[in-house]
Amino acid sequence: MADDLALLLRRAGFGPTAAELAAAKKAGYDATVAALTAPTAPDVGASLAPVPVLGPDPLSGLSSPTVAQRAKASEERWRQTARITQWWLDRLTVADHQTREKLWFFWHGHWATSVRKVLRPQLMLTQHRTLRSSLDFAVMAHKMITDPALVFWLDGESNTRTAPNENLGRELMELFMLGIGRYSEQDVKAAGRALTGWRIDYDGARTFFSPGWHDNGAKTILGTTKNFDAHSLVDFLLKQDRCAAFIAERLWFRYASSTDPIPKSTRDAMVAVFPNSMSMLRKLFEDDAFRASAGRLVKQPTEWFVGAMRHLGLRPGELSDEMSTYVLNGLERLGQLPFAPPSVEGWPAGAEWLTVGAAQARLNLAGRIAQLVPAQRLTPEDVAHVLTIETWTNRTYAALKATTDPQHLLTIGLASPEYLVT
Amino acid sequence: MDAVTRRRFLLASGVVGGSALVAGAAKLSLGGLLHTAGEASAREDHRKTPKLVIVTLYGGNDGLNTVIPYASRAYYAARPELAYEPERVLRLDDALGLNPMLKGLSSLWGEQRLAVVLGAGYPKPDRSHFRSMDIWQSASPSGPTSSGWVGRWLDGTKAAPEAAVSFEPMLPPLLAGETRTGACVSIGGLKLPTGITPDMIGVLGRREPNESELQARAADAYANLININQLIRDAEAASAAPEVTVQPESPATSTGGSNVLSAQLLRVAQCVEAGVPTRVYSVSLGGFDTHASERIGHEFLLRQLDQALTSFAGRLSRTEAGRQVTTVVYSEFGRRVRANASDGTDHGTAGPVLVLGSQVAGGLYGEQPSLTDLDDGDLKATTDFRDVVGTLLAEVLQADPARYIGGGYEPKMLPFLARD
Repeated sequence: MADDLALLLRRAGFGPTAAELAAAKKAGYDATVAALTAPTAPDVGASLAPVPVLGPDPLSGLSSPTVAQRAKASEERWRQTARITQWWLDRLTVADHQTREKLWFFWHGHWATSVRKVLRPQLMLTQHRTLRSSLDFAVMAHKMITDPALVFWLDGESNTRTAPNENLGRELMELFMLGIGRYSEQDVKAAGRALTGWRIDYDGARTFFSPGWHDNGAKTILGTTKNFDAHSLVDFLLKQDRCAAFIAERLWFRYASSTDPIPKSTRDAMVAVFPNSMSMLRKLFEDDAFRASAGRLVKQPTEWFVGAMRHLGLRPGELSDEMSTYVLNGLERLGQLPFAPPSVEGWPAGAEWLTVGAAQARLNLAGRIAQLVPAQRLTPEDVAHVLTIETWTNRTYAALKATTDPQHLLTIGLASPEYLVT
Repeated sequence: MDAVTRRRFLLASGVVGGSALVAGAAKLSLGGLLHTAGEASAREDHRKTPKLVIVTLYGGNDGLNTVIPYASRAYYAARPELAYEPERVLRLDDALGLNPMLKGLSSLWGEQRLAVVLGAGYPKPDRSHFRSMDIWQSASPSGPTSSGWVGRWLDGTKAAPEAAVSFEPMLPPLLAGETRTGACVSIGGLKLPTGITPDMIGVLGRREPNESELQARAADAYANLININQLIRDAEAASAAPEVTVQPESPATSTGGSNVLSAQLLRVAQCVEAGVPTRVYSVSLGGFDTHASERIGHEFLLRQLDQALTSFAGRLSRTEAGRQVTTVVYSEFGRRVRANASDGTDHGTAGPVLVLGSQVAGGLYGEQPSLTDLDDGDLKATTDFRDVVGTLLAEVLQADPARYIGGGYEPKMLPFLARD
């Protein structure tokens, strides 16, 4: 029971503090699930890190910028990107409604869009706000299909009646709504045609519809022929049986096990409450298969870092500039920088985070984080308490016994296999 | 999509979760590899053994703008903004020419060390990046398998992990077998936070009874890290050890910049010259998913590819060990014949495979797919890519292709490797 609760809190959020874990143990599993998935109190913690306001893009209003203006703009955009990334890490750390924050992080990885191509942090932030304001998957899918960052990322703005671009239509079906192999190449082409006509107003950070660019002809998608457009396509895909099942599978993959497939009964329970994603999570957390999935997930680098901040009572928003830069570089070396997923498929999972290169990067970042904690006498048991580890394995205990330096103890604790794998 | 990374394929293929991987992949470092070169006489033997370097271009390279059918009217009609004028292409014959960025490869062609296999693909092409890449790496067009063709060769020959090595951060499905896998070799020396000793990390790297497989693998990563440190020190201590280039600490913040492929190939060359027992190397270059504004991006990538391959080939040609190396370059699919509205191309089908090296009989192999007889806008493959794989298995690895390709397929040998 106690182990179940630790597992639940680790998976639902970014890492419970010792106090949160103690409170949950008092409340019990069912009440904790309810509190996590339907928080009633306002999120006081999150109010410490309000969504930043970036102001206009540096090239906004310039129809033909000079080389110097472009260079300056690119530098400014880079600064703005660092700012929103640091902000998000801070927000993930201070928010009380951990389950919500983690779910938004999940959706970012699902509709994976990278600032590396989008370039404008304003568009990334617009997408981020949109994900936050979408109460269920259906609303989200409708908003995403015309989201300026996603449309730009998948070349949707240059998808026209005369020469369609398939990129957005393909990934809509393959990665966002149905899963691979649930459609034909003809469906991809037809979906591309349905999505024609959307263009981007960069200065306004919005998309708009140009009827003249839209293909008005009949399209046959998954056996249904009609004059599909972006929204009727999304509606149509939402009604496919595969859509709800696919989203349930993705949630399982990220919250329960990156290696074992979702049991059918678990999936059915989640599908029944689609498209409300928080309800789907609740069904997942209540499922026996979830409780039995301990040890099947590796923390993503962002989870690991934010968890460390929470456990040690630190705030990403209060780090020195030098340390902030080190953190962003460290997360990049570990393979996960928010707002910059490696591809439209989002981030990898499981053992892929456990490379030798990542082991070295993690040790060094752990070492720097530990230095931020004021030195005080610590035992291995104290470190376990702070990091909410139930018991150390013999191996890690032996490694911890090799030092008495508190910062070295924390470094080893943060890098330990039992801290990395939930 | 900007850059399709390898991770996508690894993840989706399911190979990374395979039992063989869990059992002990990625336990070797460059230092370790050099270490395995062993005694001088053994090293000398290894220098005389044929070796294969597999270069994967992730994202779907535009074959038609790599090996250009410059005499075809249909080529210019289908992609007016993307097509290269006949004067600019580097001619291979009176119909085909290389992209102007491929100057180095053009020289290799002149020296008859470059073979171009035309129209390579497989029946019923899949245009999903990862499924198509899975098909190429597993050499199994009929359905997904959990092993790569090099991995099955490792299984079949009961080879040691160092027989097949990847210089990429993660193991490609290509090198994963059912019971054995190749090794992912990382480079660079060990850097630890002050006060954290290699001994502590070594302890942290011990597996525990009854811990979950992922947790055990987390421990393995630390054990491997320490192993690497020790082996690199050993290798550096040995006079024969080539110089190890350490990757810069801070990552590039922009796409592009450092030539990732060059760095990987440099390490391959060092290992080949040092006489390590590796028979197959896997390296890669990503970013070929050029849906929009393709020309600039594609040229940038082809220039990188050309520079990396040319300097690699030049270096290899100077040593006997290097002359035993055959390099093959492929991508999961080509692009659509017709450009899209964004001056890019969408996912297509067949494309050229390049084979280069001192053992290669330069020339064109197979038939250029027709640009007028298309399959719903896509090229029809003229060469089964398994013929390329089969030829490499037979000629470079001296293995029975039918055994490792499977599915009842009988490869037809392509004569692009001229043995002495």
